[in-house]
Formats: sequence, structure tokens, C-alpha cells
Amino acid sequence: MSETESNPPAEEEPNRERTFGDYGGQYVPEALMPALQELEDAYQRYVLDNEDGFMDEFRERMRDFGGRPTPLQRADRLSERYDREIYLKREDLVHGGAHKLNNALGQVLLAKYMGKERIIAETGAGQHGTATAMAAAHLDMPCEIYMGRTDVNRQRPNVYRMRMNGAEVNPVDAGSGTLKEAINETMRDWATTVERTHYVIGSIVGPHPFPRLVRDFQSVISAEARDQIQEQAGRLPDSVVACAGGGSNTMGAFHEFVPDSSVDLYAVEAGGSSLEIDQDEGLAPNSATLSTGTDGVLHGAMTKLLQTTDGQIVESHSVSAGLDYAGVGPELSHLVDTGRVTPASVDDDAALNAFHRLSNLEGIIPALESSHALGFLEEAHEELGDLVVVNVSGRGDKDLETVLEETEKRDLDAAPDVEVFDR
Amino acid sequence: MSGEQTATIDSDIEAAIRENHPALITYITAGDPSLEDTKEYVEALDRGGSDLIELGLPFSEPIAEGPTIQAAINRALDAGTTPARFFDLVDELETDAPLLVMTYYNMILQYGSEPDVRPFVERAADAGLSGIIVPDLPAEEADPLRDACDDHGLDLVFIVAPTTAGERLDRIMSQVSGFAYVQARLGTTGARADVSNATHDSLTRLSAYDVPKAVGFGVSEGDHAAEIIEAGADGVIVGSALVDLIAEHGTGDAPAAAALESKARELKRGARCGGEQRNGHEQGREEAPEPEQP
Repeated sequence: MSETESNPPAEEEPNRERTFGDYGGQYVPEALMPALQELEDAYQRYVLDNEDGFMDEFRERMRDFGGRPTPLQRADRLSERYDREIYLKREDLVHGGAHKLNNALGQVLLAKYMGKERIIAETGAGQHGTATAMAAAHLDMPCEIYMGRTDVNRQRPNVYRMRMNGAEVNPVDAGSGTLKEAINETMRDWATTVERTHYVIGSIVGPHPFPRLVRDFQSVISAEARDQIQEQAGRLPDSVVACAGGGSNTMGAFHEFVPDSSVDLYAVEAGGSSLEIDQDEGLAPNSATLSTGTDGVLHGAMTKLLQTTDGQIVESHSVSAGLDYAGVGPELSHLVDTGRVTPASVDDDAALNAFHRLSNLEGIIPALESSHALGFLEEAHEELGDLVVVNVSGRGDKDLETVLEETEKRDLDAAPDVEVFDR
Repeated sequence: MSGEQTATIDSDIEAAIRENHPALITYITAGDPSLEDTKEYVEALDRGGSDLIELGLPFSEPIAEGPTIQAAINRALDAGTTPARFFDLVDELETDAPLLVMTYYNMILQYGSEPDVRPFVERAADAGLSGIIVPDLPAEEADPLRDACDDHGLDLVFIVAPTTAGERLDRIMSQVSGFAYVQARLGTTGARADVSNATHDSLTRLSAYDVPKAVGFGVSEGDHAAEIIEAGADGVIVGSALVDLIAEHGTGDAPAAAALESKARELKRGARCGGEQRNGHEQGREEAPEPEQP
């Protein structure tokens, strides 16, 4: 462990590509290794080298089917409120209502180029599942989605959307019936059907090359935003703020800004109701992995995790189902360790307030996930400089039921009076 | 059990397979339904003729397991099974069969005060375990654990999947110690009604390597054991079929131990039978080469 300096570079080189510093790697069952090699090869040829015009087709489909580019919008009333320039990257306007399609369409198209015959994916809140189902319908590929039983029950409209797009939805009964169990079950399916099936993983997590592949499809967010802010504000921003669960919208919003050392990058996690872990019960009432997690291996990668001291993965929690995950992308773990990305967290109450505030002030109903980034803006705007970009990763129509229920339980200053229904 | 660690090339595990050929390797999840029960069950499997016994140390995210072993892991975790209690149990076990631990990489990494594989391997060697199997650790990521196992005289068993071929197969076979765990079919663990064709293909691919080969994933009956040994394996690995027996009985139930012992006998008998068939073919071939079977 302490001998890294004396190792000849020739031994480190191949390993470095599979990892981000100490994070990443390929901790998967042997049966999947040949498929990961095949995917690595396809990633190089089609994504990095644009073989057969793959990236051209991807961009064209993201324009015509996906609605890209999305606007970078100056938020006038937020700018006034915080006394600085606030710009919103409007990923809520991507087809399907979230940034998720950027990755799902990229991977389903890649699977097609690879000659795979079937798509599988996990989903937590249902956003990645619906994006994958849309992409699979668009590209005429059979598709099966694994979703925890608890999530199926609390995200019924998303289940219907997937079914309407022709996807099978397989409820997973194990454990707490949420995202972690859905990923486990999708990996089991893949280990059985790997020869003809592609697993469209939904975030920058999992074994190499998934974290790089997903990041590259999502980096369209920062590629656009970086051009747009220079065109509209005449310079690079002082900071970019994005919410972080697994981290795909986060790295998407950060990637092109990483070399710009003047731009501060803030990854805002779900602080839930508390940042403590209950060791005995194996529960974390938050999903603040980057802020509080410890190094370990989950779902194929070395990364920061919410775990007990024995190494059991704990059940995370957030009012936002899309952030509710005990791991995080290995690249973000690395960028936090090197100091390039600053982790932050915002609790359930602050996220709900931010949800109401943006809806009320700007006429944009943000996803509860994105509301965490906006909650951080409320709490920390004075540290963010004069020009700030916030990634609105998705729209919040899907969250209305949750928001109504959670708002009733609380005394939120930004919430409107919704007592218009007969009880 | 004997905790003797020698620097000879042949490991306890390899010796157990070669001396008791064809070998029976049995698996149960430690702590299912309690660690006290596990002690009784291990002794029963040992009496029943197991030549090696794998103990699963439960991890909350067992991505390589089918429903049977997932359920066993949940029962074990609910019963409060921790790595510390697991090793306390292994300290007490006295079996003729060498013992291996099967667990996921994060459990190994987290055993000490900071992420490092060495404290786990040291404790495993102290407890008298002979080897480690890690279903989510491919050869590409195995160097730290391989080194630690070498230093403490433990075998690190690798899994060879139906999709493993070419350079990767060579690499795995050069790193493996004890035996190669031949995965009989794609997918997860779990008892099946037949022996997969992939088993025969895999054994053919592996026949050139001078490493004992044991076949697992789906093996549940004496007849399967016979067929697999006849096809060229040196051992069979049975897990889910035994875990099913434990699940059928309850906690603190002596009949579960009796059922495990008798299932082990059936499997060992099947393996021997397959071995005799194979010897018969080999002799037959030497005397008068048969035309190829259709």
C-alpha cells in the first residue's frame, strides 16, 4: 500500500484507466468480466472514436427526440433574492422531464450498435426506468426494468409510463424494496443473460467502464452550459451547483468545468433528517455519502459508502427517492478527496422549501432531487460568488403527491396554502 | 481442526481434493438460522463425508446469489451474525474437512479499523481457515488479497464462468490455488433439476490445466454429482440444496443436522459412482478405442 512511489509506471498504467485515483475498478462476478471488456471496447470505438458515426447519431437523436440543447436561463427573481447572477440549466426540459434520457438513449443506442438484443435496467424513483423505456421504444428494443416493491407502490404513475412504452416492470421484493435491491436484481439478471443483453445502468456507478460511459453521455449538460454562460454572461461562472445521489447529473454538470480551476463545484447531497448512522439498526436517515461515507465496495466499484463498521450496507433515506442511495459514483469520491468538488448536504425541510420557492418565484416546479441544489443556494449563496449556475436536473410533477404529504407534516415558510380541497 | 500451516506447494485444500477424489464440497451460510446451529450443521456435513466445507459470511448485498442463499443470508443477518462472531465459531470448530470462507469483498476490506484486506486474512488464518472464495473479486482486482493469502498460507479460490476464455482463463488458472471453482451455468446460485451443458463445455476447456476442478451452481442431487464427476470434474460443490434443508427445518432442530448428514452421504455416493464410471471409460478406451458417441 505504501509502495506506490516505487512501483514502475508500466504496472500502474492499465489500472489507472479502470480507476479514478483509489476509486472505481471492477468488483463483479467473473461471469460479467467478458461483458465489461466487450463494453469497454464498444465505448472506445463508438463513443470515443465515433466509429460508424455513433456520436453523430446520438446527438441527432438527442436533438430530435430528446429536445436538446436545453436552455440556460437567467432566473430573474432568484438573482434579485440572492443579489447575484443565478442561471438555471434547464434539464427539466429534456424529453421525459429529466437529464436521465441523455444516458439512457446513449446506452440503448450503444447496445444496438453492439448487436445486443435486449435491454435491462434498474430504477429507484422510476426516472431512469421511464427514460430507458422511452429510449428502448424509440429504438425498438425489448426492455425489462427492475424496481423495488416499495418504489413500485409509491411511484405508480412511473410504472404505468414504463408499461405504456412497452417495457416489462419486474418488482423486487428483497430488502427494503428500493434502488439498492433493484440494482442487485438487475446484476443477477445480467449475470444470467449477459451474452445477448445490455445492462443500462442509471448513474455514474457500477464497474468500469460504466462510470466513464455514463459521465460522457451526461457531460452534454456542462458542454452546453459552459458555452451558454460565456455567450450570455460573457465569462465562466464562479460556481456550479448540482444535487448528488449516484451522481450522474452532478458529473454531467461538472465534467467540462473540471479543468477550469476558477469554477467552484458543489455536490449537494440529501441530508435527510439527520447525518448520523444508526449502527445497530443499519439505518442512515440520509443519503449524504460524499459528506459522511467511508471507503468500500458496492455494486462493482470502490467508492464512498454508507455502511456499518462491519461492512454491511445501510438503508439510506431521503424525501427525494432519486437521491436515496447508499453509494455514489467513484469519480465524485475521487474529486471530493482531491478537493476539486466540495460536498454539501441539505436536509428534507430545506429541500421542500426550495421546491416551493422555485415554483412560486420562477414558475418552474423542480424535481425534489434538484430542490436540494436550490436549497443549498438559499443556505450558502454568499459563498458562491457573483455568477452561479444551478443544474435543474428534472421537473417536479412526479413529486407532487410526496410534496403535498410531506408539506402537511411540516411548517414550511415557502409553502403555499393548499387547503382548497374538501376533506 | 488442524491449524498447521506449512510452506509446501500443495495446500490443505488441494490435498483434501486429491486424497479423497472425487471430492464433495459443501456450503452453508454461517448464522443460518443461528451460529449455534451452524456448529451442529458443519459437524453433520463433516460426518456425512464432506471433503471441504465452505462457510458463507453474510453480506447485505449478495449479487451472485439466487433466492435460496439470499434468504439464508437474511436469516443470518437477522440473527446478528457478524465477522467477529463468525470467527469465534470457526475457532471452536473441529472437523476433518478443511474449511473455507466465502464472502463478498467489502466484508474482507472492512474487517480492520480501516479498509485493508490483511486483518481479515490474518484472523482467518488464526481461526484455522484454509482458503477464501470471493464471488465479486475477479482476478483483475485480486492482487492485494492474493498477496495477503500467500503470506498467511491461505488458498484463494477463483471462479471460472461459462464466459471465461482465452487470456483471461490462462490468467485465472495461473493465479488460482486450492481448486478452480467451475461455475456450471450463467446466473446465480440455486438448486436446479439438471446438469447444464455449459458444465461439459467448461470441463473440456479446463482439461489442459493441472489444477483440481470443482463444479458448483445448481448441483442438488447424487445423480448430478455422478454426471459431473464422470464428465471430468475433481469435485462437486453443493450449497443451495443444503440451505433448502436448513430452511425446511427450524432453529434448534436436530432433524436438520440428520438431513444434512444424509444429503452429504447421497452426494458423496453419487460422486464416487461418477468416478467409477469415468475410470471404467478410461480403461475401456485404453483397451479398445470406442467410436465417437453421437
